[in-house]
Amino acid sequence: MSALTLRTKRRRSALRTLAFLSPWLIGFAVFFAYPMISTVYFSFMHYDGFKPPTWSGTKNWTYVFESYPFFWPALRNTLWLVVIMVTLRVLFGLGIGMLITKIKTGTGVFRTLFYLPYLAPPVAATMAFAFLLNPGTGPVNSILEKIGIPAPGWFNDPNWSKPALTLMFLWGVGDLMVIFMAALLDVPKEQYEAAELDGASAWQRFRFVTLPNISPIIMFAVVTGVIAAMQCYTQPLVAGKVASGVIQGAGTMFEPGYPEHSTLTLPQLVYNLGFQRFDYGSACVVALVLFALSMAFTALLMRRRGGLIQAGD
Amino acid sequence: MTQVLDRPVEVRSPASPAERTARRKALLEWIAIHSLGVAAALFFTLPFVFVFLTSLMSDSQALSRDLIPHTWEWANYRKVFDTPGFLTWWKNTLIYAGLGTVLTVLSSVPVAYALAKFRFRGRNLTLMLVISMMMLPPQVVVIPMYLFWAKQLDLSGTLWPIIVPLAFGDAFSIFLLRQFLMTIPNEYVDAAKVDGCGDLRTLLKIILPMAKPGIAAVALFQFFNAWNDYFGPQIYASENPGAWTLSYGLESFKGAHHTDWNLTMAATVLVMAPVILVFFFAQKAFVEGVTLTGVKG
Repeated sequence: MSALTLRTKRRRSALRTLAFLSPWLIGFAVFFAYPMISTVYFSFMHYDGFKPPTWSGTKNWTYVFESYPFFWPALRNTLWLVVIMVTLRVLFGLGIGMLITKIKTGTGVFRTLFYLPYLAPPVAATMAFAFLLNPGTGPVNSILEKIGIPAPGWFNDPNWSKPALTLMFLWGVGDLMVIFMAALLDVPKEQYEAAELDGASAWQRFRFVTLPNISPIIMFAVVTGVIAAMQCYTQPLVAGKVASGVIQGAGTMFEPGYPEHSTLTLPQLVYNLGFQRFDYGSACVVALVLFALSMAFTALLMRRRGGLIQAGD
Repeated sequence: MTQVLDRPVEVRSPASPAERTARRKALLEWIAIHSLGVAAALFFTLPFVFVFLTSLMSDSQALSRDLIPHTWEWANYRKVFDTPGFLTWWKNTLIYAGLGTVLTVLSSVPVAYALAKFRFRGRNLTLMLVISMMMLPPQVVVIPMYLFWAKQLDLSGTLWPIIVPLAFGDAFSIFLLRQFLMTIPNEYVDAAKVDGCGDLRTLLKIILPMAKPGIAAVALFQFFNAWNDYFGPQIYASENPGAWTLSYGLESFKGAHHTDWNLTMAATVLVMAPVILVFFFAQKAFVEGVTLTGVKG
């Protein structure tokens, strides 16, 4: 084969690769690279959407971190969800996964029942829980009061709004149940038998056989859970709007994070700054903070060694 | 080691004390596991049950603390359908799901094929970028995107800003399809080459028919996506109720029917039901997608 044909062959193969990748390459440029650069640019500009943008240096940055009243509460709430909600969800998902592997009667029915809530569209699930946990007429508080347990105000009480959200996310734990179930069924039976022979207690079997075998999956669940919790937007927003009794038609007029900013999360700040206050520059600052946090955790997911998603062949 | 969790058989012969304690232990364990199972089942199903029961109450009863309807008001569902706009939201959601699926499949299959079967420099980097974009919160780039669609193209008040980008490959779908195509042995591609098929023909004639389950999973997730998306319609369609989708409309429904929890719950049931029905009919494709990506279902 002559050098010339080899070169044309190479070039043709590169062109072919480009052709196949082209939809995504265009998408990446237009819907990610350009807006990303633009977001950085606007974070240093004052822009209200009407008057042309003007250079404002680091004003937006200092405003967001120092004067904007919602930034730190929202960051705190997001961290609360990342730590407490994710921990509870992983523990609960693991528990339900273990339970389902132990149930020998009607496993399929149980599994489907446990999984269905996960499929409920976020707005529909939030509507359902806003009703279920409604302090005045909701069934949950009716039952609690019948039993004689003091009923909390849930989405109307700043101390209870995040636990109420957490309860809803625990209800939709089906995704974790499925991956834990698969992982638990993959644990080699011999190891359990060996532990049994050595006279290990149930706790020891869990601690020294189950846990080491499923730790990568736990790690995966934690990291993807953290990423999802940081992006948590629809549920807290809708829960707050419904609880505060917003009348439709007012469009963007609602109190963010009702009650008392307790359901405000970082992604909601982008909406609040950009679409309620028309301060696009500051909205871009928050967007960049959100981007940095998301990418840091995504990097965890894809580390070359010990990464959770293997990119190699 | 016998199966501890077998159902205990009823006692036939007098057994040794040791055997009896073992049996009793197994029975107790069986009871404990299944009680926990029933408790969990109640936790997962009762919310659906209460929502459904409330959707059948009369207006006045929905404001009481009752759990069971006195009279079964099936007319509530007709009232929801008669709400101005409800059918339009339904139609918009189906357009968003349908068009979105077609565009996503058309644009994502070639990209996924290249990532799965071609060898080229920067392949791993490309894959990493695809995965990173999958994890990107939509709020990060929404400001410039909104300014672009609304101020430059004057397309706010429509769903185009969330449908058109799907024509340029959707990161999650690319990843899912790539995972699926990785499971198809390379021999098929090589054999097609030997028979003189070009890349495009190999993809269309050999790979696509084999990739049907993967494509079905992508279509399914796109359908769920259209059903679940709230942020997209909120940003681009909020000013025009004619462009609302079900998820966005449902929230406003509550705002408009301020105290009618019964109607709101009926609407909620109508938004949940299609998703659950589709899941039952397409369970296989769904499980395929979940196991292939190991990421969000």
